[in-house]
Amino acid sequence: MPLTRLGQFAIARVRRMGRYALFFLQSFFFMFTWPLQGTKIIQQVYFIGMKSVSVICLTAISIGMVLGLHGYYTLVKFGSEGVLGAAVALTLIRELGPVLTAIMLIGRAGSAMAAELGIMRISEQIDALDTMGIDPLRFLVSPKLAAMLISLPLLTAMADVVGIIGGYITGVLMLGINSGIYFSRVQSSVQMADITGGFMKSIVFAVVIITVCCFKGFYTHEGSEYGAKGVSISTTSAVVLASVLVLITNYIMTSLLL
Amino acid sequence: MKSPIIKFENVSKAFNGNKVLQGIDLDIYQGQITTIIGKSGGGKSVLLKHIIGLLEPDGGRIMIDGQCLTKLKGKARKSLRQRFSYMFQDSALFDSMTVYENIALPVQERGGLTPDEIRARVHTRMRELDLGAIDNEYPSQLSGGMKKRVALARALVTDPEVVLFDEPTTGLDPVRKNSVHSMIAEYQQKLGFTAVLISHEIPDVFYFSQRVAMLHDGRIIYAGTPNELQRVSDPVVREFIQGFENRGGDLADTIHDGSWESHFREEMTRMKRHQVPFALVALTVENLEEILSSSDPASQEVAQRFADRVRVQLRITDTCTLIGPSSVLLLLPFTSLAQAKMVCAKLGRALNGLEIMDIQSRKGPCLAISAGFAEVEGNGHPERTLAQALAQKEIFYQFSVC
Repeated sequence: MPLTRLGQFAIARVRRMGRYALFFLQSFFFMFTWPLQGTKIIQQVYFIGMKSVSVICLTAISIGMVLGLHGYYTLVKFGSEGVLGAAVALTLIRELGPVLTAIMLIGRAGSAMAAELGIMRISEQIDALDTMGIDPLRFLVSPKLAAMLISLPLLTAMADVVGIIGGYITGVLMLGINSGIYFSRVQSSVQMADITGGFMKSIVFAVVIITVCCFKGFYTHEGSEYGAKGVSISTTSAVVLASVLVLITNYIMTSLLL
Repeated sequence: MKSPIIKFENVSKAFNGNKVLQGIDLDIYQGQITTIIGKSGGGKSVLLKHIIGLLEPDGGRIMIDGQCLTKLKGKARKSLRQRFSYMFQDSALFDSMTVYENIALPVQERGGLTPDEIRARVHTRMRELDLGAIDNEYPSQLSGGMKKRVALARALVTDPEVVLFDEPTTGLDPVRKNSVHSMIAEYQQKLGFTAVLISHEIPDVFYFSQRVAMLHDGRIIYAGTPNELQRVSDPVVREFIQGFENRGGDLADTIHDGSWESHFREEMTRMKRHQVPFALVALTVENLEEILSSSDPASQEVAQRFADRVRVQLRITDTCTLIGPSSVLLLLPFTSLAQAKMVCAKLGRALNGLEIMDIQSRKGPCLAISAGFAEVEGNGHPERTLAQALAQKEIFYQFSVC
């Protein structure tokens, strides 16, 4: 019966969404339970944040320079190349900064987390934690969530600054816009609401990335494949799903924040 | 009779329609070592995982200290789990942590001990399990046997009330295997924990297990003491423990075993620990080659029956290995030379029974069996001891149909 199958599919999806929500809520709750996991959080901040600095800088400067280049040749047609600083800064702070940082972190850290948890699952390491009375969500996922909530906004802020510097390199140093005009436009156009909006986006993206990547890795054994193949599938699907959800969430948040 | 600490009541479990457990009823008593035996892939690990709640039963219930495990939630379940330890079949060590971190983790997470106390406790367990200075090694740098011992140290470091061992000695050499078995037995006596052990190490596990349960086709077909197991007439149980599960080939296919030397070394380790000798008996069918070359199927039947009859008559801890085209080697633990001769005399009387007599009406060559004895003491060498046994032949049974 097609209707029955449709109903079963819908129930399965709703149930899965519920499990995602519980997975996140439990991990979030465990962040504040005693004993606090300071050392593990610092280790994860180093892994997620510190080790991503170079790749985020490279991406941000490249995007900033491209924005500067495109923006200049578009604006110069209208004789308003002076607003390049504003265009680059607003594009980065409102949209590209949070989204690109999130996408880069999914590739660098999200995939690693999904694979790590997947391997721990298939080699019974997660079960071993369970048998010791150690909650695997508290031990494995909570520190990652806390570290991502700390790292992503900071990396986003860094990407914004580096991107603006990238725009400065092309607009001012290469194409000859006045340096003072570039930065004064940045200062006058960017409002606190823009920064807060970008910050909120990065917080939400952090939750999406950790929940999706860790959930996929954690439940690798429930997938259609087993062993190494199962881990590879859960890692790939974690990266794809997290990226798609970041893009969708970005659109929804932009429409709400405008 | 004591009330059981763990009680399975009609527990069933299926995976994708494949029924693995079909109405398990099993009692596990406090302070005892209960060994679960059964064929590989028969659901023993699944049964063990139910005890600690890693798997939930589809039907029936598991009672622990009178509480239904499936109804326990939250803190009650967590505190129950902290009374248990589980040693996984594949060790399940945390591969991104060092050996020290692996062993220390359960006590660190439980809290209540200072770092110095934790260090002392971890190092005590490591020393006891012959784990030298490998604190900073990672599991991937260790051999299979070493990993097993690290996993055992991790399971025992919290002084648990119940320890579940999933094939703790698979992949270990005979000396290490004996050492792990001794560890389990000694710690069990010292700490008094309840142990549930899955093992294929028959008959070794019968030395230290108070109870044995056999899982077959998803059901417990036997549960009792190892001594009672010896008297069980169920053919499935007997076939399993005597180690010849539905052997279809003829004797010539099975004579090149060669595993007796590892049995010998195991017994040597045991003998050194308990200071009790063991005996080797070499039974030789003097004219087996003649029987095997004969085209008369009745002759082969005689050879086959001989080996089977010998095995059936042995004690549960004895091993019987075919070591050559005409020789069967019996390894009798905790047995002196005089006792070995008594065993052989009993064997001779038993062999003089109906099944061998049955061939009287058929044509075939004479069957003559000799026995050579050797008692092993001190530093026995397998080859030399075997040569000694083979040299001291005396005919203990002769049957002629000529």
